[in-house]
Amino acid sequence: MLRGKQSWWFENRPVIVGAATVVGPDEGEGPLAADFDLVHPELDMQQKSWEKAERLLLEQASEFAIQNARIERDQLQFYIGGDLMNQIISNSFAARSLGVPYLGVFGACSTSMETLALASQLVDSGAADHVLAGTCSHNCTAEKQFRYPTEYGSQKPPTAQYTVTGAGAAVIAASGDGPVVECATIGKIVDLGIKDPFNMGAAMAPAAVDTIQAHFNDTGRKPGDYDLIVTGDLAGVGHPIANELLLQNGVPMKDTVFGDCGLMVFDVNKQKVQAGGSGCGCSAVVTYGHLLKRIKQGELGRILVVATGALLSPLSFQQGESIPCIAHAVAISAGKEK
Amino acid sequence: MATKSKGGQRYKKMSMSPKEYQSFAKTMEPQRSVFANCIKAFLFGGVVCVIGQVITELYVHLMGMTREDAGDPTVATLILISVILTSLGVYDKIAQWAGAGSAVPVTGFANSMCSAALEHRSEGLVLGVGGNMFKLAGSVIVFGTVAAFFVGIIHLILGTGGQ
Repeated sequence: MLRGKQSWWFENRPVIVGAATVVGPDEGEGPLAADFDLVHPELDMQQKSWEKAERLLLEQASEFAIQNARIERDQLQFYIGGDLMNQIISNSFAARSLGVPYLGVFGACSTSMETLALASQLVDSGAADHVLAGTCSHNCTAEKQFRYPTEYGSQKPPTAQYTVTGAGAAVIAASGDGPVVECATIGKIVDLGIKDPFNMGAAMAPAAVDTIQAHFNDTGRKPGDYDLIVTGDLAGVGHPIANELLLQNGVPMKDTVFGDCGLMVFDVNKQKVQAGGSGCGCSAVVTYGHLLKRIKQGELGRILVVATGALLSPLSFQQGESIPCIAHAVAISAGKEK
Repeated sequence: MATKSKGGQRYKKMSMSPKEYQSFAKTMEPQRSVFANCIKAFLFGGVVCVIGQVITELYVHLMGMTREDAGDPTVATLILISVILTSLGVYDKIAQWAGAGSAVPVTGFANSMCSAALEHRSEGLVLGVGGNMFKLAGSVIVFGTVAAFFVGIIHLILGTGGQ
């Protein structure tokens, strides 16, 4: 049900009955390693191309999510997914092996919450009983498509971010055990003219701020209603900017814990990831791997995940266009109390 | 059906103009240490040159070449080392530290071609490797040739070239 201007309130309280994450070697060396279902020791995962490796991540995450949800594949009515590749090939090819009716979406790194919000909306409205939402990214496919060949020696600036190799998928159901998806706020494009593709954190921060404020305005909630608010991949440069902007706009973020998935997935001081993690997989593996586990263990009661996406293409930034950005927020709770 | 939000404080919109935001974001960027980067580039670039000199000496003293003859095999040897380091996945890690020090010498050129060839191998030999090998190196060749053309014209005008 629409609430306010751009938020959905899920009256029927759809449940995340199962979720799974599969990651690559760098994430496996990060602080959240124990929370992932599978860690691949090699970036190529014994596949012939980086693109095949990325697809494998998503196929495995989907399979594990279905297993964790204790359902059969044919109980899924729809699969909603997206990724960073041109024509979202990772998802379309993974959906081919999944064999479930498929909706492909593109939201760059905001895809994790875009698909979760859409899947929850389908279940909440009665359009489906079980929907799978998933997304993935691979460091090398992203480097190849958006930057330079992976082995090319170029010095990255400290504002650059390191694309997460990983996939996350979740099964959303009308009933069952698990964390509840309470509401979602769909973001609008915000572009304040940042053109540097090596500084996506600064480009995306205003979009995150816009969506967070819209969420509070629409739902009447306050930062204090959440035990944790995380942005998707603003990392070391963008996250302090977002925090500063929220402070200037009078949003009392001190009442909650304000974090960022890009700063959680890696140990930024030890691992060579510049400002932190990014990519579709970043918020997906942190949310579906780490945060859902903390909710289940009772450490967190209610969280807001604000996945941020930079909707640029290699063509657009070479033509000197600025970076349009978006953020989608989804509120997830332990689901014990209404 | 839309329902009104229940109470709660309404937060004001961002008041910054794009210009204001860009200069604000600039202040939040970590600074690149230009001085430290120059020193690192100087050291690594220098090391490459020293290795090149050692290789030249080896060709001269062990294989009896003249210094002029040893030039081409020296460059070929440096290219071979760079390609091996690129294929082993080491060169890009060196480059993050060395910056221009690893990009400017001939080893950087070799790395740009080898990395592109490796990356696009999955798209086939002709359209993949052949079509993409000069993806990065191509512009070096184009502008190198253009620069040589203008230097040649200057030489012609000054009457200093062509001996």
